[in-house]
Amino acid sequence: MDKCIACGACTEKCPKKVTDHFNAGLAKRKAIYVDYPQAVPLKYAIDPETCIYIVKNGRCGVCQKVCPTDAIDFDQTDKTINIKVGSVIMAPGFSTFDPSGLDNYQYSQYPNVVTSMEMERILSATGPFNGHLIRPSDDKEPKKVAWLQCIGSRDINKCDNSYCSSVCCMYAIKEAVIAKEHSGGKLDTAIFYMDMRTYGKEFEGYYERAKNEQKVRFIRSRIHTIEEDRETNNLILKYVDDQGKILTEIFDMVVLSVGMQTPKDVVDLADRLDIKLNDNKFVETDSFNPVSTSRPGIFVCGSFQEPKDIPMAVMEASAAACDAQTILSGARNSLTKEKTFPKERDVSDQEPRIGVFVCNCGTNIGGIVDVPSVAEMAKTLPDVVYVEENLFTCSQDTQEKLIEVIEKNNLNRIVVAACTPRTHEALFQETLKEAGLNKYLFEMANIRNQCSWVHSKEKDEATKKAKILVQMAISRARRIKPLKQPTISIDSNALVIGGGIAGMTAALGLADQGFHTSIVEKSNQLGGAALKLDSTWLGEDIGQNLKKMIRKVNNNSLIDVYTDSIIKNASGFIGNFETTITKSEAESEKEINIKHGAIIVTVGATEYQPSEYLHGQDEMIFTHLAFDMALKTNDKKIASANSAVFIQCVGSRETDRPYCSKVCCTHSIKSAIKLRNLDPEKDVYIIYRDIRTYGQRESLYKEARDKGVIFIRYDVENKPKVEKSGENLKVTIKDHVLNRNLEIDTDIIVLASAIIPGDNQDLAKMFKLSLTQDNFFNEAHAKLRPVEFATEGIFMAGMAHYPKPIEESIAQAKAAASRAAVALSKDSLTVEGIVSFIDTSMCRGCGECEKACPFNAIILEETDETGESKIAYVQAALCKGCGACSVACPTGAASIHNYDDEIVLTMIESALEV
Amino acid sequence: MNAVKNNTQGAKGSVMVVGSGIAGMQTALDLADSGFYVYLIEKKASIGGAMAQLDKTFPTNDCAM
Repeated sequence: MDKCIACGACTEKCPKKVTDHFNAGLAKRKAIYVDYPQAVPLKYAIDPETCIYIVKNGRCGVCQKVCPTDAIDFDQTDKTINIKVGSVIMAPGFSTFDPSGLDNYQYSQYPNVVTSMEMERILSATGPFNGHLIRPSDDKEPKKVAWLQCIGSRDINKCDNSYCSSVCCMYAIKEAVIAKEHSGGKLDTAIFYMDMRTYGKEFEGYYERAKNEQKVRFIRSRIHTIEEDRETNNLILKYVDDQGKILTEIFDMVVLSVGMQTPKDVVDLADRLDIKLNDNKFVETDSFNPVSTSRPGIFVCGSFQEPKDIPMAVMEASAAACDAQTILSGARNSLTKEKTFPKERDVSDQEPRIGVFVCNCGTNIGGIVDVPSVAEMAKTLPDVVYVEENLFTCSQDTQEKLIEVIEKNNLNRIVVAACTPRTHEALFQETLKEAGLNKYLFEMANIRNQCSWVHSKEKDEATKKAKILVQMAISRARRIKPLKQPTISIDSNALVIGGGIAGMTAALGLADQGFHTSIVEKSNQLGGAALKLDSTWLGEDIGQNLKKMIRKVNNNSLIDVYTDSIIKNASGFIGNFETTITKSEAESEKEINIKHGAIIVTVGATEYQPSEYLHGQDEMIFTHLAFDMALKTNDKKIASANSAVFIQCVGSRETDRPYCSKVCCTHSIKSAIKLRNLDPEKDVYIIYRDIRTYGQRESLYKEARDKGVIFIRYDVENKPKVEKSGENLKVTIKDHVLNRNLEIDTDIIVLASAIIPGDNQDLAKMFKLSLTQDNFFNEAHAKLRPVEFATEGIFMAGMAHYPKPIEESIAQAKAAASRAAVALSKDSLTVEGIVSFIDTSMCRGCGECEKACPFNAIILEETDETGESKIAYVQAALCKGCGACSVACPTGAASIHNYDDEIVLTMIESALEV
Repeated sequence: MNAVKNNTQGAKGSVMVVGSGIAGMQTALDLADSGFYVYLIEKKASIGGAMAQLDKTFPTNDCAM
């Protein structure tokens, strides 16, 4: 495998074509293959089930003949390797539901019925049709596409998957929006659904935009059967609309939004590992230990625990890492070692001696660009003392040769003309370090992407451009200097702001790994919003678990708890924060200064107090939290009530507060079941817009219906009315099926009131953190960095991020602890050398750079006591070298190391010279 | 870059991660970045899992790759 340079010669010559599963079976690939060009490792693999050499006893082997590096070895066989480890984390993923068995949809028979995974590949620019939206039967662009939701989810008639797959509503909307974009907006798209489950952060807004701006049609109907017009291969859908009318519509293509399930081999693996699965074939976990399996030391994350989206999978992944680190913390760094490099040669007083390496990339560059002439040109340029052409500059053996060449020719600047620095700069810089050179004495010219790829039909022009790029690279190489990578020390203590379930979990996660943690809590006790909650959706008692958690925190010698305390001010950066806490005491206030290396923000959220539905005017009208408190205290009002009405989306999914509060559907249904269990004679109604019992919470929805809870749907335009009627309360609601008003007399009304963010502005300002439009904290990346802020060293968890149930708050808090531990476990942090610097003689302290810096890396320091004279200062630890300050600076005082104006202008001049 | 120092003495400083989709990769990175040796086990020839097959991701419509 080390020998493979991924040139692709083997695939090109391989005679065996097989189904390409990566492209969801829509295309063919060869028996020797890589799944996609960015695959890691980028090494070709042989499919032993189809390879002619392997299947037919050596009757091919053409790949072996054409391989330029002798990388193909047919004698390799499966090997068994025994490994001893301290912990195992299961992340085996999911398979999509296979709809072939559903005779009512005829997926195998009708060519234009595709799965959502096939649709992803059809829409992908790297897919079988290069991102061109065409339908399989005739390769024509469809004009009308329908998505059918809940295929293999929420279905116990046609399959055994009673749960909701959690992600299909959002991906169907996304596919419809993207498909419309691909067609220039002309495409007609319709999504047939039962409940639209856009419960996550920023999801509801995406749904509303799809509906109102992109005009995706949303039709609430589960399609029973697909029929096909045999001549056109068009598909005929019959459905019943809101008014009960039967409609027929013809579509060019139908996408089945298939759900997620645990693959059969993973079920077997779980059995072998003695990990308990539940009836849905997902790992059984509990709300307070969301990533622990039934077997100690084995943890789980991702869709093997339950169907979930990417950010939730990423959070759980870090949570599982946190739990594994907790049990193994004593062995940290026991099996790892740092790679060492030879001492760096001091070349600062040497004239530049540039080595240029021009890569053919097999035929990838060499087939278009005249590489020899580019190399010849390079030889003529000043300070160039060595030029070499390579078949593959990146290959392992070339790296070894490179080190030799650098040493032998005493080179002190290296230029590689090849592919993109995004993928290969780090590799070459490592080679420089091994040759004793500072890694910044390196420059790349991208003559593949920018020349041979984009100008593949204009060979002469591609060569001309390659020469210009190489000339520019050399002109920069002549002027670059070795840069230092400063190290900053890391204070291994942490600060957690907010002492609810998320805050306590994060603090325990860190303390159990040995990091001293301080919790700052505004109120007089730990516990947060959970103090008012009764039970989780799985039925676990929250009060008892909370008490246990509080006790653990109080008994942990590595955790300091500051109640009645707020953050007064804060300064610093990753590894080096300094915070002042104000603690209110009986008659006075105390200020406490703490130093810490990381911060976790877990300030939670609060319940919206509605002004509608007579809330506050009748003691029989509750919010969720008030209702839970009544349950916890065995309030007689509940026991004596003969009827109850739950009203959903109170203050959520409305113009003022457009997001979904995520937990309310599950909470109401759980409470409704509790009431029916107390007394099956109680009449219980849930008035809702969409039931959003995502994942396995769907089982509660089914249980509620089975137990006789009555569900009535309303539209936001026709909200229910609440009135007093004598001793009782009366709810009036328009029924869609009957198309007339229903009046329900009830003893109790429970309002599923929205979850709203606390006053996050002050904290956001103090730590320079960003907020969403809804005032929740904004993560660095919605998918891949769900617990981190853009500012390094600061993390978040729990409802400060978005409304969520306890199990998700705990997973996110463990994740934040894990991410924080990555920083805290190091003694020091090495900072990149290409950062901004200020020429203090030119700085007049105007602050434009400070305003422009997106990373809060620049601060203005006062240079005298009057505070009038200021000068900008770059905190290198925070600087990403983006150059925004350099553009903003009116005097030219701010610039980037090795990318200053002189260097950039010389590069431009050299480009114009050729 | 981290490397094995001693593979036979005590196993506690290492973790096995089964599956290298987005979850497996993240958990492996967290562990390796904080001083644990990780064995990342993948059935297929390359890591990345199902996310690599996706076209774009909501709500930002970023390229999934």
